[in-house]
Amino acid sequence: MAKQDDKNKTRDRSFEGTLAFERPILEMEHKIQELKSLAESTHLNLNGEVTALEERLRKVTSQVYDRLTPWERVNVARHPDRPVTSDYLTRMLDDFVELHGDRLFADDPAIVTGFGMLDGRRLMLVGHRKGKSVKERLLCNFGCAHPEGYRKALEKMRLAERLGIPILCLINTPGAYPGIGAEERGQARAIAYNIREMFGLRVPILALVIGEGGSGGALGIGIGDRVGILEHAYYSVISPEGCAAILWKSGDKAPEAAEALKLTAGDLKSLGVVDDVLPEPLGGAHRNPEETLATVREWVLEGLDSLSGMAPEELMERRFRKFREMGEVEQGEGHPVEA
Amino acid sequence: MIGPFRGGSRGERGTMAWTRFGKKKDMPGGLWIKCEACGNMIFRKDFPGSKVCPECGHHFPLGAEARLRMTLDEGSFEEFWADMRTIDRLGFVDRAPYKEKIEKTIKKAGRNEAIVTGIGAIAGMPLAIGVMDFQFLGGSMGVVVGEKVARLVELARERSLPLVIFCASGGARMHEGALSLMQMAKSCATLKRFQDGGGFYVSVLTNPTTGGVTASFATVADVILAEPGALIGFAGPRVIKTTLKQDLPKGFQKAEFLLEKGQIDRIVPRDRMRPELARLIAYATGRDPLPLKEITGDPGGEVQAG
Repeated sequence: MAKQDDKNKTRDRSFEGTLAFERPILEMEHKIQELKSLAESTHLNLNGEVTALEERLRKVTSQVYDRLTPWERVNVARHPDRPVTSDYLTRMLDDFVELHGDRLFADDPAIVTGFGMLDGRRLMLVGHRKGKSVKERLLCNFGCAHPEGYRKALEKMRLAERLGIPILCLINTPGAYPGIGAEERGQARAIAYNIREMFGLRVPILALVIGEGGSGGALGIGIGDRVGILEHAYYSVISPEGCAAILWKSGDKAPEAAEALKLTAGDLKSLGVVDDVLPEPLGGAHRNPEETLATVREWVLEGLDSLSGMAPEELMERRFRKFREMGEVEQGEGHPVEA
Repeated sequence: MIGPFRGGSRGERGTMAWTRFGKKKDMPGGLWIKCEACGNMIFRKDFPGSKVCPECGHHFPLGAEARLRMTLDEGSFEEFWADMRTIDRLGFVDRAPYKEKIEKTIKKAGRNEAIVTGIGAIAGMPLAIGVMDFQFLGGSMGVVVGEKVARLVELARERSLPLVIFCASGGARMHEGALSLMQMAKSCATLKRFQDGGGFYVSVLTNPTTGGVTASFATVADVILAEPGALIGFAGPRVIKTTLKQDLPKGFQKAEFLLEKGQIDRIVPRDRMRPELARLIAYATGRDPLPLKEITGDPGGEVQAG
């Protein structure tokens, strides 16, 4: 039955045609499904044909995904079927207890927080929530958090600190919400305050960009002892569209902007902005969510292992150094300051 | 990011007065200056050095040098890290290479970056001071601005000085990509240590302060001051307007609005900034300020486009 559902899903998807560069892959997937159903209904042995096609599919997929442009990657990062925070909560964690509210104003659904259990280890999960259904996405403002979301995040992170529980931040936001209420309640300050205070948290912090790392809205929960990014996720100072509108005076130049911004996982690694790039399954995380979750699970466990032995002072010193040293400058040697 | 403040549409005159100075050619040259806010023509010679309209009190942009001269005791300023320059790590090219853009900007501005940092004194009380310059690529924060702010904070910490930063910025600098974004983290990291160690930090938000600067060092100060009428926000008004597809309330994101919403401590007119800072620093440090000497002479600089 489950298999049948999967088939239908694949078939439906091929008609959606969400990403142009994925079309050859989707068409081939569709063809394989058809062949399989034909074999089932007619009891013909088409295994040879299917295997050959599957082999070809792998080749085509790897060809397409080896050559993704930065802009195409941005679109993979935004793919509607890409695993989002709720998938990690329900399918990667062994248990999760959501904790709501910032104790000041409201509960922002665009950021989810709570206790989680992973392989017998406790953690505090803080993640942007984009939602899966249309209704959920609207409710979560498509992952664009308000100040209360950032304040909730810090409230729960401080709880984790008191209890000695490490923190896992899952980043997936186009950016913090630009709205009247958000500005009235100090959106900028909420983000700035989180950034500053995260440097003082005495427990390990793992931060992982699982989809979109949209500017300050991402960084507001992004100060980690280790910062990782999934292979096709992006992390940027501004959306490619926003950048194109400003610097090229045309939103159509988003592909050029995506290229110029050096926002892909590989670029960020070489810039020193992220520590780890986590490989995605062939054809992107959306093509095999289970494998993606398993990769992330490994990374989290490994990160917890490597950080759990450190004294809080050492953790915070290393965290400080890491961000203090980001970006090089020319000259400025005069008047050196001892930190 | 710096965009929402460039070339504001003509129709938004009432709410975004300052964007109307987008180009120098908009300013009537010669003997008269037309105040954008009240429309009065003011004889150039009568226009005060503070660049505040004598008719309506509108605060025109003030260059970093003029700001320092108006704020600090005469001759007390010593600049640090003036030679620090960006290395264009991304090799960023939009319609023109960033390298060319920055060269041109440096030549025009006569300085290497969008912030001036150093030490000085107010009423004989020493302080670490940073002044951002909106004229330099929209006061945007790239690696150099982040690094200079971080060093300034560390200097203040090391010498136990109070810290004052005048902010004016469209946000993080796009041309330096995620490295610009990380300067938000860098500046806040140093502030965490400084402030936890008893340091006192005043930020002064001037027109405009938005984006990544607002979402980092500008708003985690111990005391936040603002100039009257300054536009202060996370997202630019045009971005919000486009997102919401509705008109914004009158006075939205202005200093007065932020004061009402509890986001800032005080609104201080430019002419009062020096004595106000002296009082705050005296309170915070417990020092006795010397009698404030009147700043003599014109702080200099042209009336600028915003």
